[in-house]
Amino acid sequence: MPLLPVFLPTDVLLWLLVIAAVGYGIYCARRPHLAQPWSRVFRSPGAVVAGVLLGCYLLIGLADSLHFRARLEQASASGQAAYAPEVLSLLDVALARLRAGTERSYSAPLATRAFVREMVEQPDGTTRRGFPRLRQGGAHLEDESQWTEDIARRALLGLACGAALWLLLLWSIRPLMRRAPAVPWRAGLITVGVLLALSGPVVVLAGGYHVLGTDKVGQDVLLLSLKSVRTSLVIGTLTTLVILPFGITFGVVAGYFRGWVDDVIQYVYTTLNSIPGVLLIAAAVLMMQVYVDSHPDLFPTAAQRADLRLLFLCIILGVTSWTGLTRLLRGETLKLAELEYVQAAHAFGVSHGRVLSRHLVPNLMHIVVISVAIDFSTLVLTEAVLSYIGVGVDPTTVSFGTMINGARLEMSREPIVWWSLSAAFVFMFTLVLSANLLADAVRDAFDPRVRIGVA
Amino acid sequence: MFAYIVRRVLYAIPILIGVNLITFTLFFVVNTPDDMARMHLGTKRVTAEAISKWKLERGYDKPLLWNTTATGSAKLTSTIFFERSMRLFRFDFGAAEDGRDIAREIRGRMLPSFALALPVFLVGLAVNISFALMLAFFRATYLDTWGVVFCVAMMSVSTLFYIIGGQYLISKLWHLVPISGYARGPDALRFLVLPVIIGIVSGFGTSARLYRTLFLEEMSKDYVRTAKAKGLAERVVMFRHVLRNAMIPILTGVVVVLPALFFGSLITESFFGIPGLGSYTIDAIQAQDFAVVRAMVFIGSVLYILGLLATDLSYTLVDPRVRFQ
Repeated sequence: MPLLPVFLPTDVLLWLLVIAAVGYGIYCARRPHLAQPWSRVFRSPGAVVAGVLLGCYLLIGLADSLHFRARLEQASASGQAAYAPEVLSLLDVALARLRAGTERSYSAPLATRAFVREMVEQPDGTTRRGFPRLRQGGAHLEDESQWTEDIARRALLGLACGAALWLLLLWSIRPLMRRAPAVPWRAGLITVGVLLALSGPVVVLAGGYHVLGTDKVGQDVLLLSLKSVRTSLVIGTLTTLVILPFGITFGVVAGYFRGWVDDVIQYVYTTLNSIPGVLLIAAAVLMMQVYVDSHPDLFPTAAQRADLRLLFLCIILGVTSWTGLTRLLRGETLKLAELEYVQAAHAFGVSHGRVLSRHLVPNLMHIVVISVAIDFSTLVLTEAVLSYIGVGVDPTTVSFGTMINGARLEMSREPIVWWSLSAAFVFMFTLVLSANLLADAVRDAFDPRVRIGVA
Repeated sequence: MFAYIVRRVLYAIPILIGVNLITFTLFFVVNTPDDMARMHLGTKRVTAEAISKWKLERGYDKPLLWNTTATGSAKLTSTIFFERSMRLFRFDFGAAEDGRDIAREIRGRMLPSFALALPVFLVGLAVNISFALMLAFFRATYLDTWGVVFCVAMMSVSTLFYIIGGQYLISKLWHLVPISGYARGPDALRFLVLPVIIGIVSGFGTSARLYRTLFLEEMSKDYVRTAKAKGLAERVVMFRHVLRNAMIPILTGVVVVLPALFFGSLITESFFGIPGLGSYTIDAIQAQDFAVVRAMVFIGSVLYILGLLATDLSYTLVDPRVRFQ
């Protein structure tokens, strides 16, 4: 086998989550009362735009979640296959050119020369301080005066490819459009068109330049931005996996059984809530750090260590943030448990477990769906702040937080290095904004209360 | 009412013990006194004697939670947990790793934190409420739609970007105020303007949108329809009826953060170099100073519990329908 698949824990969980989401989709499609609000979600143009953008992020993130180790060419003496120590993902392979083409330090977007002065050797053998040519950015240009022409040519080529792809897409989904006329296809197609118009030139230009420049150690900023997407998705989704069991169980049980059960659960979540969230997370992460440092034998490779830290961060975030959902569900269960149909179920001798699972939990699911959608963007933003303070993801993990942290002093440079921060800003803003827009649409579709006041 | 307050204060004690237990578990069970001793003494040539001497000097030689060798109530009191965390109830926080008294440090840093947090809170509240009221007034128009989109866009920007962008634009490009730092006395104003603005801007999106929803909810109630049916002008209805009644959920919702204002804002303070409690905490986290982190966790919890109490009390003040049970 030429590849040795590596199953990082977060990869496995992320893919399981995707399978679960698909399963939930099929489950909903068969039940009109669930299919209806979801189809209402995708009748709002904002949600369709957000959905398209999130879909792109998801594709990037999932491509970055298939890890393997490549087989080395020379076979080892014992005849066993030897595998490279470096763990790569599908995305790394697709972006191999960006990964390989590191520079020495900063370089501006699309630049052909470095951003910082260095000693450059002149053709006559003397050295002088100047801006040396980049190793990769524009290295194919023999004369730098061709730069404008080359950029224009590549951009136009990219645009043409993007337009062709877009027309192909338009043509292939026509039957689908006729079947579902209520979906705002135009908004979706415009979004896809804009995305293709942007990514087409970027892809073609990335073949010869650093489209978004390079950072302090010469890594391509575009590569870093794309790699950050997975970290955000993992934090935003896997944390939910921790929140849901705690939140649903405790919330429903507290609201249903009341009495001492309610008291205990309320005590637990008031206690957890009263510890400032950042401090609790920081304390837990520090503890984990100490544990990892004192047990280096448990974590063989850096990738595994970083991945476990990411997973652990999700767990900590989950454990500290289930209280909000619990409180919501407890309140709602208190109300629902008083309704006639629950009383009727009791009168018929239906067991507690069955009342909970058949009558209460399904009627609370809209709150769960809304809170999952809202939590996603909050968690993505939290990750950046935590990584900035130094209690977030492992410093070797690429994330928006580590990107910002690495770039925070660049604004005070003269002339300023603006591209790392801007790239992190644009990618992160788009992700969070789409998540927020989708969450809004989900809330409007699922929450009966929202529609009241809007005349 | 007095009995109610007393009961609530008593109820806070088990919560604080729980908080201490959690932090204690995090700090001592994972990172045992032996580990701490090794970290302090250095890893090389540490003898068992040196470790036990270090533990004895600092009182870490006792059992963690339950002392089986002692008798009577000393079984509980002669443990590390009891000695370390009960001291916190007397607000005796001990010394930080650099030897400075934590309680003194906290007293000195409370004022700068408060000076930053209070204007953010008050001005922010006024700005958010006015904006939300405007959106509710022009509900279902383009102004409303785009206002909400604006709020959503504002809340999609990470606080870090507000801070970095604000520092760059106002301090570096326009040279209006210093980038960071702090001075005591009236001079502090110059240093506080920018963090206050950024604090308001970064909280704007979420709150303004929430308040708009609260206003709209209030406007769908029957008494508003009655008021309109009587022929009252929209302006009168909005300010006399809707605003006043919507203030109930808004005010009771924000009271919980009032005590926490002393706690300051972690990120803003550390970015702007304001010597408040927030930056103290961040420094402690980065220096892995557990004594300070533990003290700050304790103070944070006390303030949160005070906030909960204040919330319940404020319900009775603004809404006469609520009675204590």
